[in-house]
Amino acid sequence: MNRIHIAACCAAGLAFFSMGAASAQTISRGAVIASTCFTCHGTLGSSPSDIPSIDYIPAERMIQTLKAYKAGTRYSTVMGRHASAYSDEEIVETANYIASLQKKGK
Amino acid sequence: MSKISRRDFVKLMGAGGALSAFGLTGCETAPTKTSGTTPAKAAPRVVVVGGGFGGATCAKYLRFYEPELNVTLVEQNASYITCPGSNWMLGGLRKIEDLTQNYSALRDKHGVNVVIDRVVGVDAGKRLVALASGKTLAYDRLVMSPGIDFRWGEIEGYDEAASQIMPHAWKAGPQTVLLQKQLHAMPDGGTFIMAAPPMPFRCPPGPPERASMVAHYFKTHKPKSKILILDTKDNFSKQALFMQAWEQLYPGMIEWVPATGGGKVVRVDPKSGTVHTANGSSEKGDVINIIPAQRAPKLAADAGLVNDSGWCPVNQTTFESTRVPNVHVIGDSSSAGALPKSGHTANNIAKMTAAAIVSLFRGVPPPLPSHVNTCYSLVGPDYGISIAAVYRLGEDGQLQGVKGAGGLSPANASAQQRSQEAGYAAAWHKGIVADSFG
Repeated sequence: MNRIHIAACCAAGLAFFSMGAASAQTISRGAVIASTCFTCHGTLGSSPSDIPSIDYIPAERMIQTLKAYKAGTRYSTVMGRHASAYSDEEIVETANYIASLQKKGK
Repeated sequence: MSKISRRDFVKLMGAGGALSAFGLTGCETAPTKTSGTTPAKAAPRVVVVGGGFGGATCAKYLRFYEPELNVTLVEQNASYITCPGSNWMLGGLRKIEDLTQNYSALRDKHGVNVVIDRVVGVDAGKRLVALASGKTLAYDRLVMSPGIDFRWGEIEGYDEAASQIMPHAWKAGPQTVLLQKQLHAMPDGGTFIMAAPPMPFRCPPGPPERASMVAHYFKTHKPKSKILILDTKDNFSKQALFMQAWEQLYPGMIEWVPATGGGKVVRVDPKSGTVHTANGSSEKGDVINIIPAQRAPKLAADAGLVNDSGWCPVNQTTFESTRVPNVHVIGDSSSAGALPKSGHTANNIAKMTAAAIVSLFRGVPPPLPSHVNTCYSLVGPDYGISIAAVYRLGEDGQLQGVKGAGGLSPANASAQQRSQEAGYAAAWHKGIVADSFG
């Protein structure tokens, strides 16, 4: 196989992995943390159970709520034990990511 | 494989090219048109072995992160019965149908190729998975999520045949039904003996939760009956909370014998319904539940994935085996720092692994992982307790609990809080099965 053929078929292969800056291809910290929320709150934050959905909450409100759980100023059975694991910056990134799912209409 | 030199190949792909980790096989079969439609054979192939919480979640999230991926899930059973919640069935709070999952959402909604078949071997060199039907599946990356197997014979006399008389019920399904039948047949005033396993094992709070649920069943149907837990350990998960609750809900019914108290079961006699402990004493039980020591399954060992610990060591960012390249091991079989073995961690590991694999195919760094575990236990139908933890990668590459986070339900919680947590336990089950299988 000569070089030109390889380049052509590799370029074609690259096309379906949405070319763009490498940073556009990385999975963000917010996405990673949010995925761990989905176990209880439902995939993409849409809950099938009595555990509340989180897919409709504006980012600012989610940030305030998680910070309140972290500070212990808002009652919870388990959320205080979870929220206290994250930095304020991670809370912001996660809330923004979940809010961005809403804009996309999933 | 092409005849160009590796140096020329790297020059062609460029730094960080999306397929730089993909290899030439894709290039050799890729089409020359770039219309945006992608023949399936050109897409990178991931095969996932095992359709439990780990495998199902991984297949789903691989497709979520990269819809172009060709993802095949191989599982030997057409339906999956969740171990979480199976203790509630023993307590009379659930039926087996409530625990039963299928793969139709993965197939129809998420585009996973679901193959119901048994894996008989893995050829890591050729990147092939061999199935019992005679089919083979080629992969670019393989995810193994085969669960656990038991160290048969480590307790003398406890082999697979013995488990038909003294069930382990530590894989949900027929064993759970068998144990329930035995409990229902037991006369009032009988004794239920449970032998609890050594760490590490699947679901650390599982044994005391089972004792609790059996106690609830006894309290409501056979109140003169007793429960004896014979432990290989000197403490167990959420111990103080369980014992406080037992005192309140089932006073005098449950006795726990730690290892130092002679609790370790070393030999069983299924015919006479007797267990023998390390200090030379023996106990007769009417229903006996042996939960043996565990290990990664033979399938994983045959593929070269298992080390002397009996479990599969992995890179704790990507969950790629440290022993076999291009093979990731997730769920109970894997050994990763402080992570306990649970359905919740299997679901979480699956997501981190999916993100890592997609990143590797794209030639970008896999993301920093974040792991969460929340284990809910029902001590009674309206009495729930939990333990939570969040894990990060330490500087030594080991996943460790985040200090100052996580922890147990409070010791002094009100009845209302216990009731709330019981509700969340049920909701947790609904949530995780939907997230993993739905």
